[in-house]
Amino acid sequence: MVTAAALQPVVAAGASLDILGVSHHFDLHGRPLPVLNDVSFRAEPGEFVALLGPSGCGKSTLLRLIAGLEPPSVGTLLVDGAPITRPHPSRVLVFQDPTLYPWRTVRKNAALGLEARGLQRGPRVDQALRLVGLTNFADAYPHHLSGGMAQRAALARALVNDPSVLLLDEPLGKLDSMTRITMQGELVSLWQSSGFTALLVTHDVEEALFLAQRVIVLSDRPAAIKADVPVDLPYPRHRGDPRLAELRREVLGLLGLDANW
Amino acid sequence: MSSARTATLPLSREAGEGQGRGSADRTARPSWSLWRIGAVAAAAWLAAAAVTHFLPDNDDFERTKLLAELMAGLGIALAVLTIAPPQRIRRAGPWLIALATFFTAWELVTAKFAVLPRPFFAAPQSLLEVFTDDYPKLGDSVWHSLSLLSGGYVIGAVLGFIAGVAIGWSRVVGYWAHPVLRLIGPLPATAWLPIAFFAFPTSHSASTFLIALATGFPVTVLTWSGVAGVNRAYYDVARTMGASQRFLVLKVAIPAAMPSVFVGLFMGLGASFSVLVVAEMMGVKSGLGWYMQWAQGWAAYANMYAALLVMALMCTGLITLLFRVRDHLLAWQKGLVQW
Repeated sequence: MVTAAALQPVVAAGASLDILGVSHHFDLHGRPLPVLNDVSFRAEPGEFVALLGPSGCGKSTLLRLIAGLEPPSVGTLLVDGAPITRPHPSRVLVFQDPTLYPWRTVRKNAALGLEARGLQRGPRVDQALRLVGLTNFADAYPHHLSGGMAQRAALARALVNDPSVLLLDEPLGKLDSMTRITMQGELVSLWQSSGFTALLVTHDVEEALFLAQRVIVLSDRPAAIKADVPVDLPYPRHRGDPRLAELRREVLGLLGLDANW
Repeated sequence: MSSARTATLPLSREAGEGQGRGSADRTARPSWSLWRIGAVAAAAWLAAAAVTHFLPDNDDFERTKLLAELMAGLGIALAVLTIAPPQRIRRAGPWLIALATFFTAWELVTAKFAVLPRPFFAAPQSLLEVFTDDYPKLGDSVWHSLSLLSGGYVIGAVLGFIAGVAIGWSRVVGYWAHPVLRLIGPLPATAWLPIAFFAFPTSHSASTFLIALATGFPVTVLTWSGVAGVNRAYYDVARTMGASQRFLVLKVAIPAAMPSVFVGLFMGLGASFSVLVVAEMMGVKSGLGWYMQWAQGWAAYANMYAALLVMALMCTGLITLLFRVRDHLLAWQKGLVQW
């Protein structure tokens, strides 16, 4: 499956995700610190879902579980019906920090996934770099890149793996507001052209509403699902859309922030 | 000027070129004053040559004429270069003047007026005589020192590196190696000298062991701390993409630890020099340390100074070599120190 698909332009079909009764806790000085409390939801293949919640509520932990970096304390995670037991390149995590390897050029950073699996580099890497607009910086080292460019490189590194699920852990959280707006648009078009299932963790209400088809609102730690808000708007979306303002009020209300609005 | 030098360190090819153009612009303007410095330096060296040649020596010196010729030669070369001085020579201008002044003063207080007591203070031409007459023995000493040093250093660096990676990576290795390292590591390698010369069949193998030990400790500790300090997120990134343990060690941990490893290699090199010299003075019957000891025994102070000078050149040459290798391998790093 990998061999044939690897030569095609990025048209991976998205995978479905099932999160079934997942709870998780960390050990903090010998005492359990609960971070996730009975979280269940399903993401359809190719769907764009945002997980919205206050800082430190455990959203990122959920992504780490889906990535397979850690097993959950309780519950089951399924991808296309099969249980997640360990990391797999079809589910790539993009972090808040680009975490590019400073000793590798942009091209070699992007090639990381292929190299880790012992695959030939091929045209895939340059294709991904073209997709994120970094062709001219392929031979630059990460410290020459701006924040937005570094995050684009990190996206290219993820896309090279032809992911069926892209896990985005506040990938735009540290960018300046103008770069952020540009990259929100780019994320949508990447998702539309590639067809992966996208799961975006964010604490930015507008970002969640602008990007996702569904916004799952999480409570404070330990995170539990408070609401599942469908965003019934076609793409491309307009930031000034009155429907977005309506949804924002609704979601802020769910987060208990409507008094500040 | 020093800041310009550090910035020239090419972070990338484009940055290097941009910097080069900048410094060319900067030197274009004050070319007149630099030209003058070159002329002054030329005059100073010619004056030094004149003092050396025309003032009578107060003792028998074999190489006074050669010294004067070398000084005059340098002066003439500088005079010619003032027309179109290369960048490096241009930068050395003030140093060339200072050196000419120093050599003149040295010549005056030793060879000409014997202000400083002989033979403890050797004249410049006495050192020159050592180089012209005793170079086979000096060269041989350099060769022996270098081969002894490089053998011990390479063994120590390789073993230290492997040990450091193992300790940093594996909990079990760390558990067992840490206490041993804490106890043995800080002990100066020279403290092992009596045991080593007794336990090893030859003084050469004993010295190799001591040099390896002196090199190995800092390399181990800094490799270890480099591996232990690798950003955890680097591992997560590689793991989500299906990387094996082998990949995590070879392609993530080790490259990330390299800046720290090079600090260890640098410290290890310094430690290895001191062990080398002590070992050569104490037991090994060859090398620069032995040469100095031998020269001192014969009250041949000029030979001692000459050997010291050669040793300094050897050490700084090796450090420079290490920094070159580092600059090449760690070109991706920002703000490297310029040696």
